[in-house]
Amino acid sequence: MPNCKTVVPFRGTPEQQARLTQVIEAHKGQPGATMPVLQAAQEIYGYLPEEVQIMVAEGLDIPLSEVYGVASFYAQFTMNPKGKYQISVCLGTACYVKGAAAILNAVEQKLGIAPGSITPDGKFSLDSCRCVGACGLAPVMMINNDVYGRLTPDQVGPILDMYK
Amino acid sequence: MEQKMVTLRINDIPVTVPAGTTVLEAARSAGFNIPSLCYLKGVNEIGACRICVVEVKGAKSLVASCVYPVSEGMEVYTNTEKVRKSRRLTLELILSNHRMDCLTCSRNSHCELRQLASDLGIDAVRYAGGDDLLPRIEDSAPHLVRDNSKCVLCRRCTAVCRQTQEVGVIGPNDRGFDTHIGCAFDRDLAEVDCVSCGQCIVACPTGALSEKDDTGKVLAALADPTKHVVVGPAPSVRVTLGECFGMPIGTNVEGKMVTALRRLGFDKVFDVDNAADFTILEEGTEFLDRLQNGGTLPLITSCSPGWIRYMEQHAPDMIHNVSSCKSPQQMFGSLVKTYYAEKMGIEPQDIFVVSIMPCTAKKYEVLREEQRLPNGCMPVDVSLTTRELGRMITQAGLLFDHLPDGEFDEMLGVSTGAAVIFGATGGVMEAALRTVVEKVVGAEMAPLEYHEVRGMDGVKEASYDLPGKTVRVCVASGLHNVKLVLDGVRSGTMQYDFIEFMACPGGCINGGGQPLQHADVRNFTDIKALRAAALYKQDEGMTLRRSHQNPMVNAIYQEYLGEPGGHKAHSLLHCSYIKQKKYRVN
Repeated sequence: MPNCKTVVPFRGTPEQQARLTQVIEAHKGQPGATMPVLQAAQEIYGYLPEEVQIMVAEGLDIPLSEVYGVASFYAQFTMNPKGKYQISVCLGTACYVKGAAAILNAVEQKLGIAPGSITPDGKFSLDSCRCVGACGLAPVMMINNDVYGRLTPDQVGPILDMYK
Repeated sequence: MEQKMVTLRINDIPVTVPAGTTVLEAARSAGFNIPSLCYLKGVNEIGACRICVVEVKGAKSLVASCVYPVSEGMEVYTNTEKVRKSRRLTLELILSNHRMDCLTCSRNSHCELRQLASDLGIDAVRYAGGDDLLPRIEDSAPHLVRDNSKCVLCRRCTAVCRQTQEVGVIGPNDRGFDTHIGCAFDRDLAEVDCVSCGQCIVACPTGALSEKDDTGKVLAALADPTKHVVVGPAPSVRVTLGECFGMPIGTNVEGKMVTALRRLGFDKVFDVDNAADFTILEEGTEFLDRLQNGGTLPLITSCSPGWIRYMEQHAPDMIHNVSSCKSPQQMFGSLVKTYYAEKMGIEPQDIFVVSIMPCTAKKYEVLREEQRLPNGCMPVDVSLTTRELGRMITQAGLLFDHLPDGEFDEMLGVSTGAAVIFGATGGVMEAALRTVVEKVVGAEMAPLEYHEVRGMDGVKEASYDLPGKTVRVCVASGLHNVKLVLDGVRSGTMQYDFIEFMACPGGCINGGGQPLQHADVRNFTDIKALRAAALYKQDEGMTLRRSHQNPMVNAIYQEYLGEPGGHKAHSLLHCSYIKQKKYRVN
């Protein structure tokens, strides 16, 4: 489960916690409270680490396993923060037939992480995406707003090395 | 109020049942069995697996009979070609993703899925698996093994954990083919606030959940000539063990059990019932002391290790209310490795104590550090469930129903009726009342039976007028009910002096280590009541029915322990608990 346990230490602030507490209080005791509270929590923290899910479970007085069940079910929730550099490898049709799987694999190898996760230093996070609208450049990888096209796996290492 | 009745036709046969009955139950009363898988009455009623589908005239599609209520004039067909095809297809798809190592599976012939495949006449699975179907073993906790490659995602375990027990440490994680039952963040069971009650195991229809098998350790000890191996079964085991050999639910097999244990090679066959009598003397003394000297009330019993673990993690504010008495299992082991060892001139280190328990949490309890004796020994070396003992007996080639009745070895094997009923919810309370009330009002005035605290209700209350004081008692079983009572006690809406809590619904007779009964038995039979009735029947037939009348117990106090609640008794038979973390982080 690459998405489930983040390796980045939790750095929540008291302000964030106060905002989450407010949201929880507004939904407490209502049926179906878990979804809106988790959505708000992700908005506040940017992701849903164990620390935040425990706050939700305790606040709503429901088991942590229930919170995690919902968080791990929906693709809209992430349990990893985004890195300083967000890598997105396109696995859309054009990129895919042009060998995007090998590009993704090269990034995974280089960084030692799977899609959906983040390097322990918080520098790189890795995701796959579906079409960035640059099919002519397939296969394509984006790092924040930089687009890299017509990639071969051996170019991946040097490109990543440029990001400090 | 008169109950509204509904008449419908099932396979063209008219049936009249109370409104609100499900189609599945109505069919049963008309003599038709509808196969089911995820349905466990009162626990998991979600109509998810689609095995129990039936045709209802006028309905757009097949309906799940386990949750579909009857209505006037309804016409139901339980065995049409359409129904059979649908059920078979559903089951084949479930089997396509199931690791079928049936011959070597822990459930083997007890598996509900296997039974279903046979009942539906599945002779081949046409679909290739969407999974690699390798074992996916999680065995971090001392009491349980999970193998998700055999899980059918029926949700019976998660329902019992969340609703019946309100612990909720497991649930469905991820989605689609990745869906699997696990703890939050896929932590190991040993890392979360699981209370080890094992109710998930007895709810599971397949081999996905089983107790951790410790029979190998016991066989090794029995084969070791340097070990003096002593065994003691819990009160409830004598009325459930027979089920392992196909006997009717509620058969008392105490005598055969004793013979079986002796023939397995145990050096001494004692009875944890004896330790239960000690428990009453200790706990009764503790209660009277608290009652008369302004101690913390309500006093809450401490026999159920599932409740103790729950308290430490979910209700640590109650820590001073809990009795300091060790559980009967631990008192038994403590006495064997002190009094018995000294009496026999055997080094306690050379004694191997085995308990036979209705319980999986007992496997966890034997490892708890606060249980350690002053002589450095842990009281109990291995705790086996009723099911494990059943397997040992079968594997040893003992023909259980042919065994003659045997008797417990005397020294720690004599017990009273009060100890026998420990195995049912309310039993510890009644046993305590038999002694406590007599101590206060005298033998002539004290009632022997306390029917108010008997029965399978989740929460029972009673009060007894003693001179100068009315004693209010409460009995709750199942952690959902325990939580209800705790909330009431905290808010002041419920006021008691003495509370019995058992983690499992119905008490030990329905423990997580008891023989498995298929859902199609559990859905239509109150197995808890049948098992409990056998205990009360045994109690009724006994001459000595109050713990303080136990001659062996009294002799051991006189000879060795001193007074109940005294210094020596405290150092051997009592312990204390500490608050434990509910989550690993924070």
